[in-house]
Amino acid sequence: MPQTLEIKAISGHAGTVPGHGASRDYDVCKLIDVTTCIGCKACEVACLEWNGYSFTETVFDNSYQTMPETAWNYWNLIRFNEHENSDGSISLLMRKDQCMHCADPGCLRACPADGAIVQYANGIVDFHQENCIGCQYCVTGCPFDIPKFNPSTKKVFKCTLCSDRVSNGLEPACIKACPTGCLHFGSKDDMKELAEQRAAQLREQTSHKDAGVYDPAGVGGTHVIYVLHDIKNPEMYGGLPANPRVPFLVKLWKGPVKLLGGWAMFLGVVGVAIHYLRFGPKDAGHTTGPEDKNERTKS
Amino acid sequence: MSPTRRDFLRVSTVSGIATTVLGFDLTPAYAQAQALKISRTTETRSTCPYCSVSCGVIIYTIGDKAKNVTPQVVHVEGDPDHPINRGTLCPKGSSLMQDILNDRRLLKPQVRRPASDHWEDISWDQAIDEIAHWTKKSRDDGFVEKDSQGRTVNRCESIAWTGGCTDTNEFNYLVVKTMRSLGVCYLENQARV
Amino acid sequence: MTNGWIDIKNADMMLVMGGNPAENHPCGFKWVIEAKRQRNAKLIVVDPRLTRTAATSDLFLQIRAGTDIAFLGGLINYTIQNNRIAKDYLLNYTSAPILVKEGFKLPEDGFYSGFDPASQTYDRNTWNYAEGGDMSGKAVAATAPAGDPPQQKSSTAAPKAPFPPPLMPEKVAYDLTLQHPRCVFQLLKQQYSRYTPEMVERITGIPKDQFLKAADLFTSVRKDGDMKKVATVIYAVGWTQHSFGTQIIRTAAMLQLLLGNVGRAGGGVNALRGHSNIQGATDMAGVFDSLPGYLKVPDPTDKDFKAYIERITPKTVKPAGWDSFNYYSNTPKFAVSFLKAMYGPAATKENDWAFHYLPKVDRNYSWAQIWDNMYRGSVKGMFAFGMNGVAIGPDSQKNIEALKKADWLVVGEIYPDETSEFWKSPGIKPEEMKTINTTVYRLPCAGFAEKDGSMTNSARWLQWKNVAVPTPGEARLDQDIVAQIFLRVRELYKKEGGKFPDPILNCWWPYTTPNNPSLSDLAKEINGKALADLTDPKTAQVIKAGQQLPGFAWLKDDGTTLSGNWLYCGSWTEAGAMTQRRGTDDPSGLGMYLNWAWSWPANRRGMYNRASCDLQGKPWDPSRRQIWWDEAKQLWVGNDVPDFKADSPPKDHMGPFIMNQEGLGRLFVWLNDGPFPEHYEPIESPVQNLLHPNQSNSPVVKKLKTPADKYGTTAEGFNIICTTYRLTEHYHYWTKNNPMNVQLIPEPFVEIPVELAQELGIQGNDKVKVTSARSYYIAKAFVTKRIKPMTIDGKKIYQIGIPIHQGYRGIQEDAGRDARTILNRLTPTVVDPNAFTPEFKGFLVKLEKA
Repeated sequence: MPQTLEIKAISGHAGTVPGHGASRDYDVCKLIDVTTCIGCKACEVACLEWNGYSFTETVFDNSYQTMPETAWNYWNLIRFNEHENSDGSISLLMRKDQCMHCADPGCLRACPADGAIVQYANGIVDFHQENCIGCQYCVTGCPFDIPKFNPSTKKVFKCTLCSDRVSNGLEPACIKACPTGCLHFGSKDDMKELAEQRAAQLREQTSHKDAGVYDPAGVGGTHVIYVLHDIKNPEMYGGLPANPRVPFLVKLWKGPVKLLGGWAMFLGVVGVAIHYLRFGPKDAGHTTGPEDKNERTKS
Repeated sequence: MSPTRRDFLRVSTVSGIATTVLGFDLTPAYAQAQALKISRTTETRSTCPYCSVSCGVIIYTIGDKAKNVTPQVVHVEGDPDHPINRGTLCPKGSSLMQDILNDRRLLKPQVRRPASDHWEDISWDQAIDEIAHWTKKSRDDGFVEKDSQGRTVNRCESIAWTGGCTDTNEFNYLVVKTMRSLGVCYLENQARV
Repeated sequence: MTNGWIDIKNADMMLVMGGNPAENHPCGFKWVIEAKRQRNAKLIVVDPRLTRTAATSDLFLQIRAGTDIAFLGGLINYTIQNNRIAKDYLLNYTSAPILVKEGFKLPEDGFYSGFDPASQTYDRNTWNYAEGGDMSGKAVAATAPAGDPPQQKSSTAAPKAPFPPPLMPEKVAYDLTLQHPRCVFQLLKQQYSRYTPEMVERITGIPKDQFLKAADLFTSVRKDGDMKKVATVIYAVGWTQHSFGTQIIRTAAMLQLLLGNVGRAGGGVNALRGHSNIQGATDMAGVFDSLPGYLKVPDPTDKDFKAYIERITPKTVKPAGWDSFNYYSNTPKFAVSFLKAMYGPAATKENDWAFHYLPKVDRNYSWAQIWDNMYRGSVKGMFAFGMNGVAIGPDSQKNIEALKKADWLVVGEIYPDETSEFWKSPGIKPEEMKTINTTVYRLPCAGFAEKDGSMTNSARWLQWKNVAVPTPGEARLDQDIVAQIFLRVRELYKKEGGKFPDPILNCWWPYTTPNNPSLSDLAKEINGKALADLTDPKTAQVIKAGQQLPGFAWLKDDGTTLSGNWLYCGSWTEAGAMTQRRGTDDPSGLGMYLNWAWSWPANRRGMYNRASCDLQGKPWDPSRRQIWWDEAKQLWVGNDVPDFKADSPPKDHMGPFIMNQEGLGRLFVWLNDGPFPEHYEPIESPVQNLLHPNQSNSPVVKKLKTPADKYGTTAEGFNIICTTYRLTEHYHYWTKNNPMNVQLIPEPFVEIPVELAQELGIQGNDKVKVTSARSYYIAKAFVTKRIKPMTIDGKKIYQIGIPIHQGYRGIQEDAGRDARTILNRLTPTVVDPNAFTPEFKGFLVKLEKA
């Protein structure tokens, strides 16, 4: 039975949507255990296949990673890093990079277009390109550098967490494909528990004494969480930010500035009303002429 | 992909307000459902042709196998029932759709004649007839009935069969049956290398 | 695999070596991860490079390519020295107590006893069990085996090469105290006592402390004699593709027998095959030296069928008081049933079941020999179906030169490939093309989704697949093409006559539509059927003439059954295609899935599972119960199909390895190059063999001798070790036609250690040229920290690695975005003396900026 995607937040509107919370829903979550990732890129291909993207010309660049970063038509990318450990040994770190589906999505906060970005009650942050105006504010709003602009259609794209599959009762394409099960999908509570268990196992049973779960509070937590060998150094996994936050300017734009804007608008309306009460309606039949100009100059 | 590719089906909203007919009007839409691109396609269980894990795959084709439809693949995904891969696939398996539907596929029998610098099309009948003649000629020219010690050996040493390892057991059996009957000794395949 | 993919989850300890399953078998590798997650199993990876498999390991050791026997021999030595052996298992289930013939000599100087320098082969007469019965406690007077073998060389009556394999004596001599200096265990102990941690370090480049760490970890499953834990060994062609590949695998098997890990859930020696149906192709004898079901090929000494059967049917051999099933004593039934499937009514008792229709094989007709003899002019025509021989190599240029000399080539493919276009390979100019007289036919075949049929995976599962889409264009099903060619040849022989037409005319062709034989028709024939009413005397069950056989126990040697491959008998019975079953129940939780598809032999999922129990028939580990002896039923029962004589009680002491004539796991085997594995250097090596510098390579390995066969030395400047491999993003030479895979890895590259790159002034992405004695290869540099310089006996040695996937036909190649050279132009033609697999791993090159 298909599941409806209840909408929680919409770009261009403040606060939650009316009626939110009226029905029960649970948060979905993607768990990425980088300690069992084998960098096979099955998730990349599954994503491209499901979403119907075609061949991108790539270039070998001294790495198994042939895309420098995600693209408007390449939402899921394994980042490869050869990390030198303190004892001189080498670790090959592989991390799946994609939209984190933040609980407090900077993209949605930044977006001025009505309904171009929505957040469903299950936590998925989805772009609706038919409403996108191509302003790219979402790009600046994202602390993970995820939304990507397609110059030919003037729209921005990113991972949908396979909202079409999820709303039809299927797991996301990348999750299904992942050969080792380094990717896992379920409710946020379940994934948090699984992740913590795995991190504990790594700390107790292996040499990874600093293993931990990445679910950054700065963006309200995410609906994509990582188990890392070393939670103290997320940057070594291809620049995963240690403490991601919605950029200050975006907060400002959606917070105080917007409030000020609102007040400004309100005051403007009040001003118009006072003006009307004082001077009455404008004469529609009035033609513009030198006289008027003079009149206005006078007044 | 065009931005309107994801086709939103509006459903009754939480607050019960009716949806608009066109566009994505947010005023009434508090929830939505989306179409699944493989719904109503035909599922065929198959086996990935690549490595020896032999993952189960489901090939999704358009149409419901009705008489007037030529099935065409629209998607390939892992078979969740398969005990080994349990629905997972590697990057090769995940791209199988583009192996099935690939514009580089060979579509016609071709021949390259001696000293030629190009391929020519040839009919199947002609090709099979010529190949049969070559086979007979090479076999008859090089057949060894007795070895130097007078022992019966019945060997065809002038023809080699080299086979890949992504074809079926039944095909391999047919190859053994026919090639050994021709007396072929140079019978080898990918299993060796 | 002795076990299966899912079974890996039952392991406590995993050694991956000579394989890279995370990259090449990702979906099977999930069970390695599962063992780590669910059992806290440890993963040790030993490889020349830090691969993506190594990235998930608990311990990674970088080894010099081609020194695996030294490492594994070191593990054997460690196991014995530290008493980590599975004593009861070793004594009762392996050949450890059996005495070896007097005169046998270990290879301290690089040679076992019986070497014949003229033929470069061994007279294996002394590589045999001794006769004599129970010698337990009679070791005192025996002489030590080391030193010169007595009277061997001087004997004038000694046979000349080719030497016949030794025949085992029926009443073997054995010492159950394992003390006799000539018992297999003592010889083995002596052999590997030379493989000390210091020697391992000097040969392999693995520092002693790291080796000891790995040795302690791996053998820890047998700490204090505890039998509960299990370790598995997982390998692939990183072991096979050496001039001593078979012996590497044997070393691992011996180690696993010493540790008591064979036959057990989570254990075994597990070959990960490279293609979806390599296992099936091997079972079905798509190779020159066997017939379906591993029946031996006839040779010219078999003057008739009786002589053939006598030669190939092993006689039971066993220590007194022990029992041996010797399942291959049924060989005559398998052979007659096979000939009945081949020639139907034309195979009669009177004509020796048409035995002489089969070619008699007494020499090497293997892969490398095909190209060698085509190059020399005796192989005139070739069929290449789904087999891209030019790209596969070794020594691709030699293969191209060979094809130029052939009369004809028939390629059956789904994409344009290097082999079909050898005549316009890069470097061939228009004038030269005019001199190439080979006629090439390129026939469009069917892709996997367009045909049905079964494939056999590494776990020995036969899985039937269904047709999803029709063939495109004029493409035809592969089986139709072969049938149509064969029937046309038959017509020609009928019409014109020719050399020995009998087998062609009498090849049994009972298929419903002769020009389009259905794979289900063929599958039923492979399984086999009754040709007369058959009755099982024990159960009175009757199989009517014409019915499918339920299993190979029903096969007969009197012509009343036929079966194309006895090993697959049971796969398509009267109940239907067992290979199509989709049952997902797994009551034991061990991952057996007995109702999913069908596994050979007889639907067993784990081989040698009798060895999972102690002498009394109780599982070594009660939490992983595969089979056990049911005293009440007087039968072996359990969660898997017993790989054993079901009613043989433990007190009879039947050996668990029922396919061996002595029923025991063999620690001593007469292969062509030695009964115990010994470290030899690859044919191209930067160092001398430290064990015996005067005999660096295996003495039976032969270099080929055409002008195209060249071998490099350090003296000529070839001093970097090069190894070859696949990447997870690509499949062989196939996915260079698939845009999805091409974008994942678009170009060829060479993995180069940072230090070497610095020495040569090479930056990442620079074009580099790799040159071997054969040819050169051009690709981009991948400067990496994942391969480190090695110290081999005090000498600094570099290794580089190159993926195999590119060629001169593919998306990138056709677009001119690729160097268009084939990697296998670099690799040498030299083969393993047992399996005839070429040495793709570990050869010498030079490296420079292009």
